[in-house]
Amino acid sequence: AAAMSVNADLRRERAAATFQPELLTHILDGGPERTRRRKEIEALVLNDPDFQHEDLNFLSRSQRYEQAIRKSSLMVMKLREYGIADPEEIYWFKSFVHRGRPEPLDLHLGMFLPTLLTQATPEQQDRFFMPAWNLEIIGTYAQTEMGHGTHLRGLETTATYDPSTQEFILNSPTVTSIKWWPGGLGKTSNHAIVLAQLYTQGQCKGLHAFIVPIRQLGTHEPLPGITVGDIGPKFGYDEMDNGYLKMDNFRIPRENMLMKYAQVEPDGTYVKPVSDKLTYGTMVFIRSLIVGDSARSLSRACTIAIRYSAVRHQSELKPGEPEPQILDYQTQQYKLFPLLATAYAFHFVGAYIKDTYHRINGDISKGDLSELPELHALTAGLKAFTSWTANAGIEECRMACGGHGYSRCSGIPDIYVTFTPSCTYEGENTVMMLQTARFLMKSYTQVTSGQQVSGMVSYLNDLSRQRIQPQHVAARTVTVRINDPTSLVEAYKSRAARLVESAAKNLQAELSHRKSKEDAWNRTSVDLVRASEAHCHYVVVKLFTAKLAEVGDAAVRAVLTDLCLLYALFGISRNAGDFLQAGILTSAQITQVNQHVKELLAVIRPNAVALVDSFDFHDVHLGSVLGRYDGNVYENMFEWAKKSPLNKTQVHESFHKHLKPMQAKL
Amino acid sequence: SVNPDLASERQTASFSVEKLTALLDGGAEQTRIRRAVVEAIESDPEFSRENQYFQTQNERYEAAVRKAVHLQKRMHEMGWTENGPEYKYIYRALSGDVAFLLHRVFMRSISVLGSDKQIAKWIPLATQHKLIGSYAQTELGHGTYLQGLETTAVFDTATQEFILNTPKISAMKWWPGDMGRSATHTVVFAQLYIHGKCYGIHPFIVQIRSLQDHSLCPGITAGDIGPKMNFEHIDNGYLLLKNVRIPRENMLSKFCEVRPDGTYVRQGSQKINYFTMTTVRISLISDEVLTPLMKACTIAIRYSVVRRQSKLKPGEQEAKILDYQTQQEKLLPQLAAAYAFHFINDYLQELFNRGYREIQRKNFDMLPELHALSSGFKAVITQHCTAGVEICLRACGGHGYSLLSGLPSLYTKILASCIYEGENTILLLQTARFLIKCFMAASAGQPVPPSVTYLAAVKHGKCPAKSKLDFLNPDIYTEAYQHVAVRLTSSTAAKLQDLIQSGVKKHDAWNQCTVQLVQAAKAHCHYIAVKNFAETVEKLETKAGIQKIMKHLCDLFALHGIFSNTGAFLHDGYTSAAQMDMVTASYLDLLAVIRKDAVPLVDAFDFTDQSLNSALGSYDGQVYQRLYEWAQKSPTNQMSPAYERYLKPLLHNTLSKL
Repeated sequence: AAAMSVNADLRRERAAATFQPELLTHILDGGPERTRRRKEIEALVLNDPDFQHEDLNFLSRSQRYEQAIRKSSLMVMKLREYGIADPEEIYWFKSFVHRGRPEPLDLHLGMFLPTLLTQATPEQQDRFFMPAWNLEIIGTYAQTEMGHGTHLRGLETTATYDPSTQEFILNSPTVTSIKWWPGGLGKTSNHAIVLAQLYTQGQCKGLHAFIVPIRQLGTHEPLPGITVGDIGPKFGYDEMDNGYLKMDNFRIPRENMLMKYAQVEPDGTYVKPVSDKLTYGTMVFIRSLIVGDSARSLSRACTIAIRYSAVRHQSELKPGEPEPQILDYQTQQYKLFPLLATAYAFHFVGAYIKDTYHRINGDISKGDLSELPELHALTAGLKAFTSWTANAGIEECRMACGGHGYSRCSGIPDIYVTFTPSCTYEGENTVMMLQTARFLMKSYTQVTSGQQVSGMVSYLNDLSRQRIQPQHVAARTVTVRINDPTSLVEAYKSRAARLVESAAKNLQAELSHRKSKEDAWNRTSVDLVRASEAHCHYVVVKLFTAKLAEVGDAAVRAVLTDLCLLYALFGISRNAGDFLQAGILTSAQITQVNQHVKELLAVIRPNAVALVDSFDFHDVHLGSVLGRYDGNVYENMFEWAKKSPLNKTQVHESFHKHLKPMQAKL
Repeated sequence: SVNPDLASERQTASFSVEKLTALLDGGAEQTRIRRAVVEAIESDPEFSRENQYFQTQNERYEAAVRKAVHLQKRMHEMGWTENGPEYKYIYRALSGDVAFLLHRVFMRSISVLGSDKQIAKWIPLATQHKLIGSYAQTELGHGTYLQGLETTAVFDTATQEFILNTPKISAMKWWPGDMGRSATHTVVFAQLYIHGKCYGIHPFIVQIRSLQDHSLCPGITAGDIGPKMNFEHIDNGYLLLKNVRIPRENMLSKFCEVRPDGTYVRQGSQKINYFTMTTVRISLISDEVLTPLMKACTIAIRYSVVRRQSKLKPGEQEAKILDYQTQQEKLLPQLAAAYAFHFINDYLQELFNRGYREIQRKNFDMLPELHALSSGFKAVITQHCTAGVEICLRACGGHGYSLLSGLPSLYTKILASCIYEGENTILLLQTARFLIKCFMAASAGQPVPPSVTYLAAVKHGKCPAKSKLDFLNPDIYTEAYQHVAVRLTSSTAAKLQDLIQSGVKKHDAWNQCTVQLVQAAKAHCHYIAVKNFAETVEKLETKAGIQKIMKHLCDLFALHGIFSNTGAFLHDGYTSAAQMDMVTASYLDLLAVIRKDAVPLVDAFDFTDQSLNSALGSYDGQVYQRLYEWAQKSPTNQMSPAYERYLKPLLHNTLSKL
């Protein structure tokens, strides 16, 4: 198609913005220099003919895997050629090459190599690291089994030490113990780090990691005793060969157990590892990535839905006038703008966790781990809170695009299916919420026994004071100012305190007439999840509000303040029952909140397109016909559709095979 | 053999599963007929869906065409006719995986909109599949808002033809099923122009492909619109018309006719046509919306008693995940909703049958109410059930994400129902318009239709519940729902009037209240669903434990609705903070009660393993074995060229060159 100019509606929208989108982009990137570098890397990938290919929507799963593996191998070479080594820059490069999708070497680069670095002895690193770095060895990380996921202690794979040959014998004793899901395992890897229950001298010593060769170097055929393959089609992740692995009396040398911490000596003596607190750090880091991913995925969906809503005209608002942009309908704004605000909120939360992690990581080297347990507990909940919200938000964006959102050309189906597993992996969300709840209950118990708690849970300290002054809560209601983010942070704080306290009391009541602690916990778990959600919600509002003070440009600060207010007020409106029940807000105030939400929609409306432009997604990365920067939606939908596999021939072969014979018979 | 974890669940059922199945089917005889149809179709390997998750779009489409052709043959052999009692079960038995569904819409639109002469000409041709029809309404730029359609049909008196055109790209027909590759004819909706004057949207029969070699007719550009989230088996199509001429007789002319001289004549009432469109919204609920939710519940609940994870008591075996309160809280409300919506669907069907009889007697009084109910319930049920299927999917953890669980395709299919046959937000606003109108009428003492008489009887009391057990009394919770519906409607009506009185234009005032209006419409439907469920339970036979378990589900449906929307019930103090704690307590207690019957309650839906097409949800619960065996059949486990082409060079030291 000929080069087209920008759609007039979008041009108007951009001209009407009250702030400069680049300034906001800089804030999201962490400074103008980061933005410049990101775009530099982006250009490196997008201008490289090696990374071009047909639209993935038209390819079969096998073809998509093939494209991915082709690009991955090129990617590894080019990263080294360009000397890109900073983890964040590698992340950018990778996500431009694969356009935000997973790829078959993810586990090799993200788990296999790092695990070698942290858990292998120097001797093991000599044997494995360089070959793996040079991709002679491609590895994956095989933890999850068919019957066991988040609950690690339940894993069934065994590694039994045989001192006579100084080998471990690996077995998958049941169907449920077959390793299932590891990425890159199905077709790509020739090695795997396998987590298995270690048995030595007749005793089970719990889970340990082993380096297991699974395919013959040279032929890539599975080794004798190894059954390996792809687990079949999934909702998304077409590029990824998630695999299964079954081991039958498969022997590996003693030296293949990762022995930097725990060890098995030649005679079978087991040497215990030192403290495992350090593994907290890795989990916090991975969860911070998921929070960031929640923000990015939701931002992409918002970009598509908001640009399309500015281009699409439908129905009538005023009799006799032309059809309005659908973004002018209050119901459409009500669907999209709170999500836009949420995307910004989660960006700032992701950045906060990452910064805090790096700060504490600095402390770890100095030996101060005191903040780590709280951060670990908090990130579990935030991982769940943000991924649940983003998951639902992406679907709302798709629905807001009507029928065309359902077409794969909108790009949103792909964002959704790629993102939704993050509600499950790295800790199933409900389990994560309950981990945070455990920390909240512990903190609550400390407060009631007279100790002070610090950090994000310090609001619990106020609970004891409130009990002495019962009028305190009632007095608070009139002090909430719905135009002031700081005041709203206080309201969220009160809600969290109330729900934590209520869950704690219900747990206490269950404990008082039940024998088992676990049973009581289970019978309170719905309350506990609610308490965790309220806590996370408070943290998000607090962090968003705190961010406002850091913004220098007045115009940008003004628009972010609108978004922050919308985020906070919409949350109150949606959870009005919590605020009413706790007496934090009155019915009259809730009515005001609802009204103010609607006023903010109108305030944000002129900046909506500029606010998604600030996310600065390149069209190629966005992968959406509806969300194109130039807004030429309909022409390009037609161009796209012509490439559909069903359109390869003018008359489809099924006409000759089925239709014609039927018509002949009738 | 049945997995013992699943077998034990069935031994403790508090009711007769077979009796409940019969209740859902509308009688034991219906169950018998349904099973016979399912058996006939599933025993025929031509209809197998086992490989569907492995197939490409092209393969899915071809299979659907093949099945549609084969179905004609089978129907003939079995003696099934379109008017027979078996017919409605065929689609369910095929799980909709068949082509030419729009062919039926094509035929129906001719029957409803065509003159007797047109019916006599086209229906026999269509019945014999001499042609394959489609229905082209939606355009690239226009969906629910029909007046906005841009395709034109200009009458040429000289040749007695209509000239059809797609004047711009956004006017291209887009989405019609069966049109991308299969259809030879389609009903095109276009703006009619005679002597330069526009007469609005009218339907025209247009031939698009040759009956000989299936090539496109002159002036026609048509094709498939490309991959979608689901419906890979359907060739949703696009259609561009360039000076396509059709004879004057091809405009469907039961209600409007263009005479040879160009005179435009309107005849008869279109209200019956309008009623037919409304009926479609109700008719899709059962097969397209309830069935997927019921299947998803079946899969997720069976899997949740087979899957064991973590420990509830130290030293014991790992617990079934359905024993976790949080898992119950995800799944059991979906199960209750499936039953609630099944019963409301029965209620709506009956109401529509009555409406149809009235309309045939030229009494159109019920139309506004039927329209409001069909719009509102289509939106509420599709939205609720879509969310429910997604909850089931995510409640199955990692394995839910595998296509072999069956859940992703149930989800991607049901969610289209939120958009087709009227976008949900727009439909809710139509219901809201009716509510506001009725509320005003009721306030002025005028009579209103039966479903909204409650709007007139506003009571200003408080919720009388004193203990958590009071919330198991249907009168208590039904009244709470009623109170919320009245409050939301009346406050929005008041707000609208305020705005208008303060000088805001009517349409602006309406747009400023639409968020509230949508909430009012939802509250209205939710209230009717709760009330109907409670009334249905009252009437059930007490034998065989059916009424008791249905009462529990009704309570759960009602209390879950309050628990997940506490703000609406606390607002204005109708329910107190202390009462809300009682609701929560009762609600959580119910989860544990219904937990015991969860598996029998999904068994009662009576889906065969073939129809579930799920490794996780099969009747025998042999989840892991089935998952393992099925995965090995995946095409990705056949030899792939990727190794030779890319992996081998990669592994063989490509990098050492660097």
